[in-house]
Amino acid sequence: MAERSFKKEVEDLRLGAGDIFHGEGILAVTKALLQSGVAYVGGYQGSPISHLMDVFADANSLLTELGVHFEASASEATAAAMLAASVNYPLRGAVAWKSVVGTNVASDALSNVASGGVTGGALIIVGEDYGEGSSIMQERTHAFAMKSQMWLLDPRPNLTSIVDMVEAGFQLSEASNTPVMLELRVRACHMTGSFLAKDNRRPPLTVSQAAAAPVRDTNRIVLPPANFLHEQEKIEKRWPAALAFIAENKLNEHMGPADGDIGIIVQGGMFNALNRALELLGLSDSFGNSQLPILCLNVTYPLLPSEIAAFCAGKHSVLIVEEGQPEFIEHELNTLLRRADLTTKLYGKGVLPRAGEYGAHVLRDGVAGFLRAAAPALAPPEQAPIVPALAPADVPQRPAGFCTGCPERPIFTAMKLVERELGPSHVSADIGCHLFSILPPFNIGNTTMGYGLGGAGASAFKPDGKRAIAIMGDGGFWHNGLTSGIGNAVFNKDDTVTLIVDNGYSAATGGQDILSSNALNDDRSTRHPIERAVRGVGGNWVRTRTNTYDVAGMRDTLREALTTKQAGPKVIVAQSECMLNKQRREKPLVAKAIKAGKRMTRERFGIDPDTCTGDHSCIRLSGCPSLSVRPNPDPLRQDPIAHVDNSCVGCGLCGEVSHAAVLCPSFYKATLVHNPGRWERLRHALRGRIIASLQNLQARSLAQRSF
Amino acid sequence: MVVPNPEGRISLAILALGGQGGGVLADWILATAEANGFIAQGTSVPGVAQRTGSTIYYIELFPAVGTPPVLALSPVPGDVDIVIASELMEAGRAIQRGFVSAGRTVLIGSTHRIYAIAEKSARHDGRRPSERILEAAFARAGRFIGFDMDEAASRAGSVISSVMLGALAASGALPFPRAAFEAAITAGGIAVPANLRGFAAGWDAAGTAPTSLREQPTEAPAMSLPAPRSATGHTLAARISAELPPGAHRNSLEAVKRLADYQDAAYAALFLDRLKPIADLDDGTDNHKLTAETARGLALWMSYEDTIRVADLKTRDTRLARVRNEVKAGDAELLRVTEYMHPRLQEVCETLPAGLGRFILSSPALRGRLERFFQKGRHVETTQLRWFVPLWLLAQARTYRRGTLRYQEEQHRITAWLGLLTSIARQDVAAATEIALTQRLIKGYGDTFERGLRQFGLIAAAIESRRNAPGLAPLIATLRDAALADETDTALLQALAAANIGVVSPAIA
Repeated sequence: MAERSFKKEVEDLRLGAGDIFHGEGILAVTKALLQSGVAYVGGYQGSPISHLMDVFADANSLLTELGVHFEASASEATAAAMLAASVNYPLRGAVAWKSVVGTNVASDALSNVASGGVTGGALIIVGEDYGEGSSIMQERTHAFAMKSQMWLLDPRPNLTSIVDMVEAGFQLSEASNTPVMLELRVRACHMTGSFLAKDNRRPPLTVSQAAAAPVRDTNRIVLPPANFLHEQEKIEKRWPAALAFIAENKLNEHMGPADGDIGIIVQGGMFNALNRALELLGLSDSFGNSQLPILCLNVTYPLLPSEIAAFCAGKHSVLIVEEGQPEFIEHELNTLLRRADLTTKLYGKGVLPRAGEYGAHVLRDGVAGFLRAAAPALAPPEQAPIVPALAPADVPQRPAGFCTGCPERPIFTAMKLVERELGPSHVSADIGCHLFSILPPFNIGNTTMGYGLGGAGASAFKPDGKRAIAIMGDGGFWHNGLTSGIGNAVFNKDDTVTLIVDNGYSAATGGQDILSSNALNDDRSTRHPIERAVRGVGGNWVRTRTNTYDVAGMRDTLREALTTKQAGPKVIVAQSECMLNKQRREKPLVAKAIKAGKRMTRERFGIDPDTCTGDHSCIRLSGCPSLSVRPNPDPLRQDPIAHVDNSCVGCGLCGEVSHAAVLCPSFYKATLVHNPGRWERLRHALRGRIIASLQNLQARSLAQRSF
Repeated sequence: MVVPNPEGRISLAILALGGQGGGVLADWILATAEANGFIAQGTSVPGVAQRTGSTIYYIELFPAVGTPPVLALSPVPGDVDIVIASELMEAGRAIQRGFVSAGRTVLIGSTHRIYAIAEKSARHDGRRPSERILEAAFARAGRFIGFDMDEAASRAGSVISSVMLGALAASGALPFPRAAFEAAITAGGIAVPANLRGFAAGWDAAGTAPTSLREQPTEAPAMSLPAPRSATGHTLAARISAELPPGAHRNSLEAVKRLADYQDAAYAALFLDRLKPIADLDDGTDNHKLTAETARGLALWMSYEDTIRVADLKTRDTRLARVRNEVKAGDAELLRVTEYMHPRLQEVCETLPAGLGRFILSSPALRGRLERFFQKGRHVETTQLRWFVPLWLLAQARTYRRGTLRYQEEQHRITAWLGLLTSIARQDVAAATEIALTQRLIKGYGDTFERGLRQFGLIAAAIESRRNAPGLAPLIATLRDAALADETDTALLQALAAANIGVVSPAIA
């Protein structure tokens, strides 16, 4: 069960011809797939394409009706390999993942499918996680398209263009027997908008029909001599077929006046930002009526030599707007101009920043630079930069961190405490929410090498004394960590400690179920314990801790793992449910039970302002958003005191930390009993009366000595 | 001069923290606009920033005229009409990123603070000043509508997103009537009554929000001087006005009030006895800062947190009432309170009569045997008699406090500190004031307390070794800041090394 329910969005998938679909970019893609008669869909969740996976996961009945097979793949490699179904059969298939990381994982299968080629349309939807808000290395998927010769679509960011490109992508794939990549940037995936829907189409051939009549063609398998044949085929058949299809169907668009001295070539995905930049320079309007000729590349690979030559002919200067680096398109354009013997001067990274996201303000400055060089009459006057009103130090950074009550926080608190005893260890981190440990206040983690690779990232360390620690999430564990981390450590007799964070979901990507999820899922097989898998590949020292909030227990287990004499990998499975998902699940249930008059208890934490001295050790060992500071009410003390706000979910970490770290007695847990029974109420009242009388005595003594 | 878009496009950026409902707010705005003849597009970059980091939601609205407009996907500095910030520093971030333009941008920002991790994890006061942001907001925005939206939300029993929508509606920055926004909430169908309450609260508060920095409420209203209410109080207050300079009155009044509460009137009188000689050496610099700060430090040190004090504070009737209020316990709900206490053998012995406590602590065999009973933290449920009664009895041990080991130790430390302060004050009042301020390091419990004591000792030794050198006052201040810079002694040891001061055994410990 994902973080969000997509019931409403699933209904939108049923819209028919003439209806207006309204929603997010990535959801428009899901609808476009069904309209294109897709036979199977797979993928691996991750921002910004998680919602595609989540919606399909919730749309089981619709998919069954249509005869569409959907899988939540184990990894991007699994998803890419799924495209094998389109090799021999006219089945349209689509897979999706976060890129460039997912494409990295998938690239073995992608190379194979691209080499042998496809019969049915194969579409790879990549969410290009580049620029602001990205959490991964800044690279381009473009390189993968080029190296495997898969075509790359980069549609203008509006829903109609995106949806059209999905359909065109399948057709292009079939026309050229080549898998096609559809690149969508983060903001385009999350952009809202609308398009005119079409009816969903049942695939002409379903996966089960295809399986019932197997086809075998050894020429499509990457083995000599076919592999050499494939390379020839790519150049001689598939490439020209793709160029012909792109040209015939006018997948790239011409905007603005037909002729001019100068022009701009732009990646489709950058078009809206470019138009805004031109607007700000007085060279376009809100409707995209540019005063300069623009060639908008909705297909960024391959380029059409004839189209490029035609656009550049007669122009003395052309600007290429290409986000990211290396500037593959710019290089290609220079080659094409040279081959066409054109003298058009090409501007690109010279006037635009070599690296980083291209927002409209970046493009405004870049286009201004281009105009100053190529058409000074159109260039805007130089403007003095606006002096920022606030210095960087005035506004504190706000890095992402663990959520309120996150069960992963106590694991790192325990690590901090062990670090105090045994000194720091080399920590190989992984991908997932747990990577927030590298940020304050924990500052734990030395490297991260990729999803599920926490264990592998520690494998070079063969210490005589101090053991390295590897962290891995349950998501990464099932993605590949079981083999690349644990299996590898067992086989190579590594002595490292691997800490597997088992929170019941692939939490960072939106709370999707995985093999070890505790939830019962009608459509998937869950509840496969991680410990069993670890033991299955030969791990002997395995400890599963079922309550990460028990900081002292976590600390002791970790200490034992770091100091035990037993050889071989030491694996700790730290289990507690993701709090975000737990709250989402339990909060409405509790509220309902309270309303129904059932006895329920609710817990939250607090801090006594008169015993807190404002050292904030507790915050340095936790960093919980609900644990903050407030002005000291004590007229003599000056440092702010710690304070638990109302967002506290009562996870109990604060108290456990003050116990385990011997901090201070200021924390208290308040347990609120809703709808107590009569007997409980009576006992509580009696106790209360005795306590009150003792307090009265105390208050009297206080009054006697008071100021 | 920044001009709005001539074709009627409105751009709006929401800066919120993950989990604050920025997405919900964006959805309401989009729905309102679409229902009122606008084409609306919203985008965001959720990803991991959603987990408590700062997130920007960006919206463009365009009057529907037939031809679909080309809308941008991210805010352009200098080209944003409306900025909504869910927290003061996020408003600051919007200004810093250039989204707030003079003469154009309507900035709607909550003035409450959610402290960033660097601010709240500092060992002292790491909070960034709010005034800088407010100043910039009033100076840079076309119009700034700022008030504490978090408080408004909690008063209305709602969430901050609905308050922000109410403030946006009231600002008139969007061409839609109040009912249009409310209709979007209703159509959303989630927690409608609560959201409408929040919306109304935001609408009302926006109308009365301060229009200049001067009207902005200051954060800490000046506290009135404590007035004596008992005969003892009057005697102590009379001594203060007779013996101490006016600049030290506030702290001294607070001090005697605190110490009478902590122990008794005699203990408060001891405070005045100790402070008087310092006051006599004070040359009056900075409104008798030396006396005022010594009063503060002395009172805090004399009211050190021992087990008796903690038991006393935890068992008071006022405390239970405060907890009830804090956790918003309703009348129908029973409240149980559990304390997290971890008294070590050390603290137990410190509460025993000095001789006995010292005997146990100095006998390794006895220590070893007893220590295992104090390895674990205790869950002390103070709403249960079996925990309340012992704790209450411990609080009564106050009358025997003067016989405890801890009392003797602390009085010894206080005397040493005052001794150093007095001797320095004779030659260098500024340096003595810094010594008074350095008492700030002594706080907390267990390891935290010991660390502070150790660092204080290092600084005291440094002072001794530089007693007659010039520039003593700034040196002490530098060392104190270094001590507060981290949890280990790294920065302090570096600062000592930089000042060419060898580390000797602490003079006071």
